[in-house]
Amino acid sequence: MPNKTFFWFFLPTGLAMILFIGLPIISTGIQSFYAQHDQVVKEVKKCDPFGCTVSIVVDQEKTSKIREEKPLGKFNGFGTYVDRNHLAIEEIGKFWNETNSFGEFVDQVTNLPFYKALIFTLTYCLFVTPNVLLLGFIIALSLNAVTRRIRGPLIFGTILPMIVTPLVGSLVLFWMIDAEGIIGANLQMLMDDPYLSLKSSKTLTWITIIIYGIWHHSPFAFVVFYAALQTVPQEPVEAAIIDGASRWQRVRHIVLPHIYPVVTFVALISLMDNFRVFEPIIGFSAEGSAQSLSWLIYDNLVNEEVILFGSAAATSMMTIVGIAILLAPVLIRTWKEFRTAR
Amino acid sequence: MRETNMKKILISLLFLLFGTSAYADCNIKSGSINILANDFPALRTFVETAKGCKGSADFKVTHSSEHNKIAVPALTANPSEFSARIAANSSIVPLMNQDLIRPLDDLVKKYGKGIQDSQLITIDGKIMAVAFMANTQHLYYREDVLKELGIAVPKTYEEVVAASEKIRASGKMQYPYAAAYKAGWNLAEEFVNMYIGHGGEFFKAGTAQPSINNAKGVATLNMLKKLAGLSNPDYLTHDSEAIKVEWESGNVALMTLWASRSGTLLDDDGDAKITAATKLTGPATVAGGNIPAATLWWDGFTLAKNRSDADAEATFRALAHAAANKKMVADAADQAVWLIEGFKPGPKSIGVIEAVKMKAKPYPMLPQMGLMHGALGSEIVEFLQGKESAEQALKDVEAAYMSKAKEQGFL
Repeated sequence: MPNKTFFWFFLPTGLAMILFIGLPIISTGIQSFYAQHDQVVKEVKKCDPFGCTVSIVVDQEKTSKIREEKPLGKFNGFGTYVDRNHLAIEEIGKFWNETNSFGEFVDQVTNLPFYKALIFTLTYCLFVTPNVLLLGFIIALSLNAVTRRIRGPLIFGTILPMIVTPLVGSLVLFWMIDAEGIIGANLQMLMDDPYLSLKSSKTLTWITIIIYGIWHHSPFAFVVFYAALQTVPQEPVEAAIIDGASRWQRVRHIVLPHIYPVVTFVALISLMDNFRVFEPIIGFSAEGSAQSLSWLIYDNLVNEEVILFGSAAATSMMTIVGIAILLAPVLIRTWKEFRTAR
Repeated sequence: MRETNMKKILISLLFLLFGTSAYADCNIKSGSINILANDFPALRTFVETAKGCKGSADFKVTHSSEHNKIAVPALTANPSEFSARIAANSSIVPLMNQDLIRPLDDLVKKYGKGIQDSQLITIDGKIMAVAFMANTQHLYYREDVLKELGIAVPKTYEEVVAASEKIRASGKMQYPYAAAYKAGWNLAEEFVNMYIGHGGEFFKAGTAQPSINNAKGVATLNMLKKLAGLSNPDYLTHDSEAIKVEWESGNVALMTLWASRSGTLLDDDGDAKITAATKLTGPATVAGGNIPAATLWWDGFTLAKNRSDADAEATFRALAHAAANKKMVADAADQAVWLIEGFKPGPKSIGVIEAVKMKAKPYPMLPQMGLMHGALGSEIVEFLQGKESAEQALKDVEAAYMSKAKEQGFL
């Protein structure tokens, strides 16, 4: 495609992307550098049905004047980024000096909200993404080998987890793993431990969410792989069969190289999706044991009665940076291949 | 059970058809009324009563348990989406902090006939809200279970622990105690209650500096952990609704729950035997203190600032009609502890009335309290899971709170 045609072809999409993705990101970025003005408070008498007390309120007259002058708030630079609830630079330095062993230091650092969330998010990505690729590929291969007559219903059944809304899917599983649910109760019987609870143990909660993630995302990998498998040319496969190649050898040396670009694509999308893991945490009410970066943003925006825009914006920006870092190796590789292909 | 449900549906249908005519029309000629409220039966009754008075004004209402998340953004818009917000001690604070609600003095003078002085929430001499019901968390117990095992009704949390241990030892119930310990707001609320019961203060006097990392804080956490050990192991995922279900399944004999939930707990749904044996008592004290480990709450209405005066007037007239409605109070006497004149407390109000008698403290109405509440909800979880010490957990709460308070300009 000539560059000019491409430009005009891409223009509407590009404009929409700038308007709906680019500008909001810039605005979030700006927001993350600001904090609220210093609150001017005053002592007043408050009376309610239970009696009167002297207490403090925000002095609206003075505050509104400051707000009008600088509606964005107080410039804070990277203040929000480095505070304890985010990168916690100061605290980490302190832990480094105060702790006696490396293990203790790691314990202290992983106790900080941002790192706690980062570790869960990365663990989730690390376990879910490869398993999704593997499972999706195995299902696609198996379905491709099944006779055509029953393939339709089987495909439908396989993509069901993707059709079910994430929140609903996780809620269904949440009730099943309840101490009195079908999975929870049977596990207790199997393990002969009446106190076993999938929801109260941190490790078991993580495992549950990861298994849910694999279950939910595999169909996507499957659909793409299945489509790619349809394009594998039959001649080399047949030639390999005549040469006496085993099924594994055929997959390894013919099918995989052929669909390799698609694998990269699925890996990219999967990584991006998994880094933003959020719904299962809400669905499983797992806030106590598992927090992700997206959940932190949600928490800052809605869980407090006061909305922490600066905090949420800072975490958002760091999530974007995190995704960029995660994707970098894959992107660089794709770019190199693209260059050599030309 | 199906029959009672059918009956309920029929009654509500009849109510929808003819109910509104039962209340006097207040002859409101114009304006538009749009109310945001939490979702529980007493508030539905209250708003329904106000609707009966709407006259020819526009009337809309949003009942949502997510009301806290909607309120500030919706009232910040100009004009505001809602003309009124039914708030409580804690949820009025962010509205005050952002200057989103208007003083009601003139309207109370003009249209507030029948509203008692004790219902008025005044801040710095200005009326900011009109309260109509009171709420608290208190103890519920299973009379049959306690009687069978010869346990007296517990008055302190130490007795609750002893009683629960005895019930567990008897083999009757594995997890005899329940409270809403869901990580987040609910868990933080339990901490607030227990800490106040220990006589603790959240902030250094006159400042926004936290002061919970002390012996009282540690004692509070230890008590919460003891109680958690006697609860269903999934306690960190249980909110008020979940423990209500636990109770109705007969798994629990002692429970700390909101008074406003007693209505649904004691209705005809569910096992009649459990319902009959469900009894209410005041909130428990802790550590030899004489004020209960509970906070008093009021629910009242506030009016949005960013809305026209005509809308505010129409909204006030409709809501004031409900806030001084003797008929509503008599009809719905078992739905809530109404603060409205003419209320005769029934058996379901015992909890709140006992709490007031025992001089329970109201939930602290401080501008920075929401941040403390939020920090508590996430930072004490690991202590309950046994992953860190009480001192460390309290240190974390203070540190998390301070970062947030700095960002919000309180420190």
